[in-house]
Amino acid sequence: MTECVSIGIDVGSTTWKAVAVDSKGNILASIVEEAEPLIDRQTERALAELKAQVKAGDGVRIGATGYGRKRVRADLVLTEITCHARGAFHLTGKGGVLIDIGGQDTKIIKIGNNGDVLDFSMNDKCAAGTGRFLEVILKRLRVPFDEVALRFNKAVNSIPVSNTCTVFAESEVVSLVAEGKEIDEIVKGLHQSLASRVASLAGDIPPDSEIFMSGGVALNESMVKSLVDRTGRRIRVLNSPQLIGALGAALAAR
Amino acid sequence: MITRKIQYQMAKRAVGPFLMALDRWQSAQKSRKRKPRETPFGPPLQSVQKLKEIMTLNYFEGRYADGAVPVAWVTSGFPAEVFFALGFHVVYPENHAALCSTRHKVPEIAEFAERDGLSRDVCSYARTDIGSVISGKTPVGRLPKPDMIACCTNICQTVLYWYRNLAEYLNVPLVLVDTPFMYGGTREHHLDYVSAQLGEVIEAAERISGRRMDAEKLARVVENARDGSRLWGECLAISQARPAPWTGIDTFFHIAPIVTIRGTETCNEYYRMLKDELTERVKAGVGGIKNEKHRLLWDNLPIWFKVREHSTMTAERGFNFVCATYSNAWAEAGDLIDPSHPLESAAKTYTYVYLNRDLDNRLKTTVDLAKSFGVDGAVLHSDRSCKPYSVGQVDVKERLQKDMNIRVLLLEADHADERSLSGEQAEMRLLAFMENFND
Ligand code: SF4
Repeated sequence: MTECVSIGIDVGSTTWKAVAVDSKGNILASIVEEAEPLIDRQTERALAELKAQVKAGDGVRIGATGYGRKRVRADLVLTEITCHARGAFHLTGKGGVLIDIGGQDTKIIKIGNNGDVLDFSMNDKCAAGTGRFLEVILKRLRVPFDEVALRFNKAVNSIPVSNTCTVFAESEVVSLVAEGKEIDEIVKGLHQSLASRVASLAGDIPPDSEIFMSGGVALNESMVKSLVDRTGRRIRVLNSPQLIGALGAALAAR
Repeated sequence: MITRKIQYQMAKRAVGPFLMALDRWQSAQKSRKRKPRETPFGPPLQSVQKLKEIMTLNYFEGRYADGAVPVAWVTSGFPAEVFFALGFHVVYPENHAALCSTRHKVPEIAEFAERDGLSRDVCSYARTDIGSVISGKTPVGRLPKPDMIACCTNICQTVLYWYRNLAEYLNVPLVLVDTPFMYGGTREHHLDYVSAQLGEVIEAAERISGRRMDAEKLARVVENARDGSRLWGECLAISQARPAPWTGIDTFFHIAPIVTIRGTETCNEYYRMLKDELTERVKAGVGGIKNEKHRLLWDNLPIWFKVREHSTMTAERGFNFVCATYSNAWAEAGDLIDPSHPLESAAKTYTYVYLNRDLDNRLKTTVDLAKSFGVDGAVLHSDRSCKPYSVGQVDVKERLQKDMNIRVLLLEADHADERSLSGEQAEMRLLAFMENFND
């Protein structure tokens, strides 16, 4: 195994992620765990595990990002915006628009041809349009994650969920179920509604720029499909999409 | 009445100045004892002490003003020169609300207005001041009860409903100056319409105060207002120097005299002093921040309750807000004011204010400012409370990016209500914005 030079840690609202890279930026090992309330303790334990896996020496540099980044003892602390952009550029080697849907927020990042962040926008202040939104509503519908794609594909029609607020959307869904509406159709409508919210945050994406996707929600193929339908564009889901922020932090700390 | 007059004069001429002298002495003692703290800012402006004294004294006098002199509460864009010329004590509820915000008092005060039925979507200045009237809570001790209140719609329509509410709560007469919104330039009949209303305001103020307007005095106040506005503009323009001798954040505080005591000698004396100090700093190469690497423009009202935090965060990374459309708005009027035609020129000046003009003007003013101050980035505060200032910012952003190829951040917050800010997210945006500048 090549030598680990740096480790990037992304402390998100729902998951804790870390990536170890070599001097070329190749991923040597990674960890994804559910986020624990005591960030310091989780970081100490999981980081030790990762270090042991890659036999990292004391000289290994640590980069931190994510909403809990300040609680990590790191050599470099950067925001998720910068880290996601670095990670995505490293994997794609080109500019474009990155859609990152995480647990707590959704970010649209325009990346230049040299990897610079040209501009970004984020959803604001609430869970509307985030992974948390999906999670809450799916739980309310009692649909486990591994059934989502199946139900989505089975539904012929879709029932849109019109409320943007998670709290209101939850009660909207409750009444739809009470009215006897098809769960599959609600699941489909839910994804489509979320996709249209994300698309409006993204605004006009120039036809010549590629669209990439990162963040945990990119693993939800129904969501990707809804976004493709909504934007009418090809969307490239990056490898291990939930690790892109941590990868960016590791690369920046090298 | 006589006792009130004596109390007021004592507060104005003896107790106030004495307390200020005491405060000056205490500050000097403290700063002698205190080890200088490591900050990313340049040495503090000497004028700050004077500014503090002027503003504190103004609020202190205010406590004893009602019953001693006529009192008017006015909107920031009101032609208050007429009140100063008639010897009124003038209170600016917006300034008061900003002060409440810097002291983190808005949530507890605004809640009184919200309990009375005002939606959280209403401007936080309005909620704070109405809340303060209902509850009597204020960090300045006491606000004098007005004999009349005066509102000019040149900044927004909110003020109209806000002042109607105030008139009811306080049971005082309200005078209104309605300024037509300017698409392109003003037309003759617009100005006639506004001057006629100004005439009516004077009549009402004379009737309520029992005083007669002295034309010479009015001309003098108007002349002072013109000079004050010019002086303020000159102070701001000094930041075209590199490094800028003060920060845009400083300007948010030093703006207070031109807003609240515009037309007085005290205001102009202050800006002369400030201008001299800034000029000296430029000569000596002293910057508002220690290591100015990047120059930014700020758009919209300050986020009062976060001003210090945000400015420290930016200064630490070598970013200085060298200009702000908000501070600049008070410097624009200088050349429109004509003391020989006070009413006609006031009609024009107060109709031409920044927020009463169309988007084309805003786009042009912002780009001109950005160019003349040589900025390489801009932060546009999208203010949940102030809709008229925030609508159009996406266009402002695009124009700045297109014409100047600079980085622009839209930062969502509120100018006074901390409950409407997601602190973590705002901080993250600011940091992400700064991380991507090349040093
Ligand atoms: S809405 Fe804007 S212009 Fe109107 S009072 Fe509030 S802050 Fe001032």
